Amino acid sequence: MLAYTDDEVMLARSADDFLARFASTKHLRRLRDGRDDTGFDRGVWHEMARLGYAGVLVDEAHGGSAFGHVGAGLLCASFGRHLSTSPFLSSAVLGATALRSALASAQRCWLPRIAEGEAIVALAVDEGRRHAPASTALSAERSGEVHVLRGEKTLVVDGHVADAFVVLARTSGRPGDAAGLSLFLVEADRPGVSVRRQDMIDSRNAARVTFDGVRVATDTAIGPVDGAGPIIDDVLDAGRIALAAELVGIAREAFERTVTYLKRRRQFGHAIGSFQALQHRAAQLHGQIELAQSTVVKAARLRDLGDPRAALFASVAKAKAGDAAERATDEAVQMHGGIGMTDELDVGLYLKRARVAGTLLGDRHLHADRVATLLGF
Amino acid sequence: MTEFADDPQTFRAQIRAWLERHCPPEMRSPAHGEDDICWGGRRWTFRSDAQRQWLNAAAAEGLTVPGWPRAYGGAGMSSAQVQVFDDEMERIGARSPLESFGIWMLGPALLKFGTDEQKRRYLPPIARGEIRWCQGYSEPDAGSDLVALRTRAEDRGDRYVVNGQKIWTSYADQADWIFCLVRTDATAPKHRGLSFVVFDMHTPGVTTRPIKLISGKSPFCETFFENVEVPKANLIGAENGGWTVAKYLLTQEREMIAGRARGLHDGRPLWQVVQELAGDAKGRIVDPILRDRVARAEIDALALTATIERYVEDAAHGHEIGDRSSILKYCNAELNQRRQTLILEASGADGLRWDFVRSDGGEVAPAWLRAKANSIEGGTAEVMLNIVAKRLLDLPAE
Ligand SMILES: Cc1cc2nc3c(=O)[nH]c(=O)nc-3n(C[C@H](O)[C@H](O)[C@H](O)COP(=O)(O)OP(=O)(O)OC[C@H]3O[C@@H](n4cnc5c(N)ncnc54)[C@H](O)[C@@H]3O)c2cc1C
Repeated sequence: MLAYTDDEVMLARSADDFLARFASTKHLRRLRDGRDDTGFDRGVWHEMARLGYAGVLVDEAHGGSAFGHVGAGLLCASFGRHLSTSPFLSSAVLGATALRSALASAQRCWLPRIAEGEAIVALAVDEGRRHAPASTALSAERSGEVHVLRGEKTLVVDGHVADAFVVLARTSGRPGDAAGLSLFLVEADRPGVSVRRQDMIDSRNAARVTFDGVRVATDTAIGPVDGAGPIIDDVLDAGRIALAAELVGIAREAFERTVTYLKRRRQFGHAIGSFQALQHRAAQLHGQIELAQSTVVKAARLRDLGDPRAALFASVAKAKAGDAAERATDEAVQMHGGIGMTDELDVGLYLKRARVAGTLLGDRHLHADRVATLLGF
Repeated sequence: MTEFADDPQTFRAQIRAWLERHCPPEMRSPAHGEDDICWGGRRWTFRSDAQRQWLNAAAAEGLTVPGWPRAYGGAGMSSAQVQVFDDEMERIGARSPLESFGIWMLGPALLKFGTDEQKRRYLPPIARGEIRWCQGYSEPDAGSDLVALRTRAEDRGDRYVVNGQKIWTSYADQADWIFCLVRTDATAPKHRGLSFVVFDMHTPGVTTRPIKLISGKSPFCETFFENVEVPKANLIGAENGGWTVAKYLLTQEREMIAGRARGLHDGRPLWQVVQELAGDAKGRIVDPILRDRVARAEIDALALTATIERYVEDAAHGHEIGDRSSILKYCNAELNQRRQTLILEASGADGLRWDFVRSDGGEVAPAWLRAKANSIEGGTAEVMLNIVAKRLLDLPAE
């Protein structure tokens, strides 16, 4: 169940080749240093869509490639290795998964465009400093045939280039209640929507999005009004597995670069990689990355199989991969010495992305807590 | 013997039905520590009728060693079929009918390096639990640096005469036979002069002396050899080629040690044990720090189990586990030590009493003390890291 199929292996190989050529750390630096407004290369994203990446979680009837979560995870691992920027997480994973619970007409309208890379649909969840869906305060009040949205979202990934948002809103209860939540699909050009880009340490895109009396038709609700809890968990878990996969890719790449350096760099007349203190830390890290990778494949596979343990494993994977990536990038800086602190070396880019991806949709501490809750203690 | 079908679905149904019929209800719970395991051997006294029935039923079908060929006492299953068998055992919580050094270590080495005659002679009694084996590797001056061992075997034509001392020989006082690493060429470089021999512990000149552990138990011994005569037919592999056999056996041992993590030792998840000891009426572990540490241990346990699953699948696809067994061994030792420490802590002052047991009968203090050996036995934690660094990461020697 955990071994990759031939198709999956091929997908991963072709992604690696493609990303190395068109979406590597070199390209990330160019976007960052040129202060690019979009933050990713639209041409490359269209090409990725043509290769089927944007439609991995979209069914074939809606023009997707339907590779599933294992396929999505393999792509994310490659994104992690190359630090490729694209709206994959926001649109192809979060947006597409949410829309699969929308009305058939909304699915027909949006899913094919997501799969073609023509539309970007972003998920707007968090409002405060920490990932906490139940704390949602953004209100959606019913007024006849419309709901009126009022409130503000932060850290909306790819928010500044989104064509539409899936917005988590409170339709009853008070902030902190797990119940009383709903999801609405809101087009970015609706009156009252305003978007401000947030400048993140990983040079990716996120935005603060304000909804100031935005009126949306009630049939834009995704899933039951007041009862979207299970759908939200499901959407978030899809994103968590994707992020965990990316984190393992980051951890592996940072680690491999470090091991290469340990063999090359000489001090005291020896390769520093011959010092046992460093060898043991490297060996422990290698083990942790292996463990993290297993949790990611397991989570993705369980999800593709519709196994109810997928939620537990989504948190296990997010926690374990977050831990591995944090350690791998910390050690990468340390074991490179002074040069590890320079902007010129890519290691810093991995460190920063690991921190952001590790925090998005809940950090490893939040997920350890969720594991405890889901297991029942 | 039952003819098992090739078709996976029929096969699973057959296994399920067989287990339903033959696995006694008492054997459908995890063993509580090493004393509760069925080890077999000439001098074995069964702990219960159920233990005897379970061993006999399984041995009759080759199911104590399902993956070994039928000719040698196994059931001839493919690795995919063994996986199904394990799954079905796990589903009903069945414990192994038989555990032994013969199954874990010597058997795989014989299957790879033994002659047909040796396989026919030694494997079936292992599978049936008739002969219990012990492992004579370590010596007082050769632990991590095993190739420094000094026990010598002198060539006397059709036999060797063995003199020397082994130490930490687990269950040497209860074992029937020993597999032993000895020096046959004192002039060759360290690892080139070693041979792998097997002999009966009743051979004149073999004596054992139990050593008491911090857990209060005596699971291992000092073992002395004084002019022990060993027929040359008992040499496994080539003369002076013992290191190849011994190394292979060590990777098997490490896989086994880690593989036993599958059901996580005594079969119950850590959180359930701690919940009983330190949970409130609703089952919440009240102390937030304890709860957090248990959660992290569970995450690592699930991660290790998934990794074992992944490596075993790899192996079925032709990518052997090999030196990756050192990763599993290292992580498993660390995890079990954490587990036992958390159970001890959750037990509070009660856990410090020798006679305190958990509600399911599991020991607390002795299990915590026993776990300290996890990062020593079968190669220390540091040695595992050395192997990962050198062989998997290819880092240079100083
Ligand atoms: C419960 C138990 C059962 C056992 N059963 C058996 C058995 O059945 N048969 C058998 O033959 N043996 C058995 N052993 C022995 C076991 O294999 C050895 O204890 C082990 O290999 C370590 O050897 P040592 O005790 O001599 O420690 P040493 O090798 O002296 O090690 C002492 C410390 O030094 C460290 N160290 C040593 N070398 C290095 C290095 N190169 N780099 C970094 N650190 C290093 C070690 O990691 C350890 O922390 C058993 C041990 C235990 C605890």
